[in-house]
Amino acid sequence: MNAAAINVAPLLFRYVLRVGDLSLVLGQRLGEWVGHAPALEEDLGLANVALDLIGQARLLLSYAGELEGRDRGEDELAFLREQGEYLNPTLVEQPNGDFGQTIVRQVLIDAYQLELYERLTNSADERLAAIAAKAVKETRYHLRYSSDWLVRLGDGTPQSRARVQSALERLWPYTLELFEEDDLDREMADSGIAPRLAEVQAAWSRRIDGALAEATLERPRDRPYAWFGKRGEHSEHLGYILAEMQYLQRAYPGARW
Amino acid sequence: MDERQWPLYEVFIRARGGLDHKHVGSLHASDARMAIDHARDLYTRRQEGVSIWVVRSTDITASEPEEAEALFEPARDKIYRHPTFYDIPAEVKTL
Repeated sequence: MNAAAINVAPLLFRYVLRVGDLSLVLGQRLGEWVGHAPALEEDLGLANVALDLIGQARLLLSYAGELEGRDRGEDELAFLREQGEYLNPTLVEQPNGDFGQTIVRQVLIDAYQLELYERLTNSADERLAAIAAKAVKETRYHLRYSSDWLVRLGDGTPQSRARVQSALERLWPYTLELFEEDDLDREMADSGIAPRLAEVQAAWSRRIDGALAEATLERPRDRPYAWFGKRGEHSEHLGYILAEMQYLQRAYPGARW
Repeated sequence: MDERQWPLYEVFIRARGGLDHKHVGSLHASDARMAIDHARDLYTRRQEGVSIWVVRSTDITASEPEEAEALFEPARDKIYRHPTFYDIPAEVKTL
């Protein structure tokens, strides 16, 4: 296919959804901690991260709606799509588990978002670059928060260490999907809109190695995996998230407050 | 102190450059860095500040309430310490 002949908008629409759905689903997941965190201070800390993520999702989904040009706004895209139309990586829909598992998931994804957003600030697409410039500041704090906790738990008591190490083993296979380049990723990188995933992976890997070393945790071995949330093929967990998240808009279409 | 609880920290926030840090409240944290994070999340959510200080509550030495009379009453009748005996020129706007 001739690159010049490709209409980039439908592809960009899918790519922006991918980036936005990650924040949306993770924000919804983290929100589950509200009222249940181990301390009042952590309750607010996790909620703050969740709200940052929902804010990113709003900007990205609004932009996606404009790109699509079918009059769907952020709410329609967030609340009225079917499961197969969500393009978030499978990692972010994994259950919160205990606090340690939430922290491990957060470190893995914060580091990914940071490396991605930093590069998206140079995107050929100005709107995406502007959104990334705002999000990258938030994400720097998210990673500080999560990796500090990883050190406290990993280099903490034998029990806390065992728990985060096992969470790491459990979640690690889901990280590989983040870096598997498909046609859409390649197209976006070729047009200078998104970075090469191999480059993001190398930077992510260095960052994670540093965090794991400081937390005295062992990096799990890469294993084959079968999840492709970013293609719309999700684990069983997303359906439950969407049922809760979409209930209100589906029961009372167009409801506002 | 309950050993299972994180220690208490007092939080001071500087609202903007040039102002003093003001005491805004306290929170629990396992270490000073976590206290800064918690203070950021609890006390600067609405852009209340540009700088945070935290200090372990146990590191603060306070005056004893029982000593309040001895410490503060003697100043009560020394009204001449207040600068109220001067005529302030009308041109002086802020003093």
